[in-house]
Amino acid sequence: MNILVFVKRVPDTESKIKIGPDGRSIVEDGLNFVISPYDEYAMEEALRIRDAGGGKVTAVTVGGDASLVILRKCLAMGADEAVLVKDPLPETYDGLRIAKIIARLVTARFPDAELLLFGKQSVGADNSQVPSMTAELLGIAQANVVVKLEVGGGGATALREIEGGQEKISLTLPAVVSAQKGLNEPRYETLKGIMLAKKKPIPTLSIEELGIRAEEIAPTVAVVRVEPPPARAAGRIVTGTPQDTAGQLAAFLHGEAKII
Amino acid sequence: MILTYIEIRDRRVKKASLEALSEAARIAAELRTEAVAVVVGAGAGEHAAELFPYGAARVWVLENEALTRYSTQDHAQALADLSRKLNPAAVFFSGTALGRDLAPRLAAKLGAGLASDCTEIAVRDGRLEFTRPVYAGKALLTFELTSSPRVASLRPNVFSLARVEAGASGEIVAESFAASADRTKAEVVEIVGERGEEIDVAEADVVISGGRGMKGPENFELLRELARLIPKSAVGASRSAVDSGWIGHQHQVGQTGKTVSPNLYMAIGISGAIQHIAGMSSSKFIVAVNKDPDAPVFKVANFGVVGDLFEVIPALRDEIKKLRSE
Repeated sequence: MNILVFVKRVPDTESKIKIGPDGRSIVEDGLNFVISPYDEYAMEEALRIRDAGGGKVTAVTVGGDASLVILRKCLAMGADEAVLVKDPLPETYDGLRIAKIIARLVTARFPDAELLLFGKQSVGADNSQVPSMTAELLGIAQANVVVKLEVGGGGATALREIEGGQEKISLTLPAVVSAQKGLNEPRYETLKGIMLAKKKPIPTLSIEELGIRAEEIAPTVAVVRVEPPPARAAGRIVTGTPQDTAGQLAAFLHGEAKII
Repeated sequence: MILTYIEIRDRRVKKASLEALSEAARIAAELRTEAVAVVVGAGAGEHAAELFPYGAARVWVLENEALTRYSTQDHAQALADLSRKLNPAAVFFSGTALGRDLAPRLAAKLGAGLASDCTEIAVRDGRLEFTRPVYAGKALLTFELTSSPRVASLRPNVFSLARVEAGASGEIVAESFAASADRTKAEVVEIVGERGEEIDVAEADVVISGGRGMKGPENFELLRELARLIPKSAVGASRSAVDSGWIGHQHQVGQTGKTVSPNLYMAIGISGAIQHIAGMSSSKFIVAVNKDPDAPVFKVANFGVVGDLFEVIPALRDEIKKLRSE
């Protein structure tokens, strides 16, 4: 089975986010960038499916040259190939735009792909848009926020998380599946994998090479501002005996928070 | 016109959908247009009249057997057909599991931009401005969508319910839907592992979360016991508690878990790593209980108790019971 895994380079989750001087972006200098954590579950799942049933795993990202690092990580984990689609724009927070690029890539270069795996969202933009939008643009099935996936016989069964339970979804292939934590435990790269990944060429495609005109992917998101969240006022901190502090806490929950 | 998709689960209209409709009505009034709603699936019509008090001027009912079981493709197709007919300025969803699955599919079908998981929507110079947390809440992004319509999902628990206008009424419009032949490429065949009446942390009014300080899975019972005393509450957890296997990841709050905005967030034995704080700092009230007076969580807490949670929580439970009985 030919599997595509779509990954994104994001600031690691320990990053402190600073707002750029233009007030419409974040400062990227000094941030440590990693593969988005949910994408690692997608990558691992792809490798397991390939290792069990054969096929090929190709890691794909849409981004700048800096994103090559995360493609190398995917190769080191065990991906057979990797492709970088060069996006001339920085972060636009626009899922539709990225989905259009991906859909075109799949149609033009990977028409036989049967499974398109994504993380359920990138940590950062946190949109949860690209998987569903890509599925729609390609006219194929989707299952999002998946914690269990079984593939076979031209179809797949996915368990998807919903509030207070799980939906079992039967999918015909090709399909889009987005990964949630719990799907698997991503492997670490081996030293051998890292060495091999270093030598592997990573082809780069431009938007033009995919036959996409700039106006087709003009962002629908027009950023007005990016700002820090409102600071929380200093609260009351109490110490003392458990009975005393618990009493004060109960009084707070009753009198101020009005919960009880 | 602003169209709101109303989600029905277990034969009940979701509260998050009523919040989205209330906000749609508020925005529509500012834009001097009307808020309308759509319900989908067999039997959906019986809920139509419930929507008028929240500001719906009209309710479209798409009652079709094919739409009774949720299928992203069929629902998106039905909504796209309706949307093309009504030509709304915006389509609102609640940012539930279903909303976050369906809204992007519809947006792509309509070639529309999508504002996911909004926490604020404003009208400026007659245009809609959407605000949503990015980087799990470490920053807020405000933007316009240049497409028409605009599609948005609204984070549950953030937008207030409109005051219910008793006796409000409106028009109910039955609409047919012709499912396309090659439909149902993905179908929900079963709902499994349902945890009964347990509320999801993303939808709860009160989230009581435990961290590394809980020391083991058995001690989460202390939090569950507290949760049983507080209506509409759910038990959450920090990443380290989840990664230690003490509780399922669906309870995880933070950057690789759920971002929550409850009325009250209680961080019990949670030091407050930046990823965790990001996921809960938009809560209305934050309470922290921690042994370590220097724990970063105290910086965001409205009320903090420095003490041993294994003493404070049982004492709190007794205090709450006492208050209840008074």
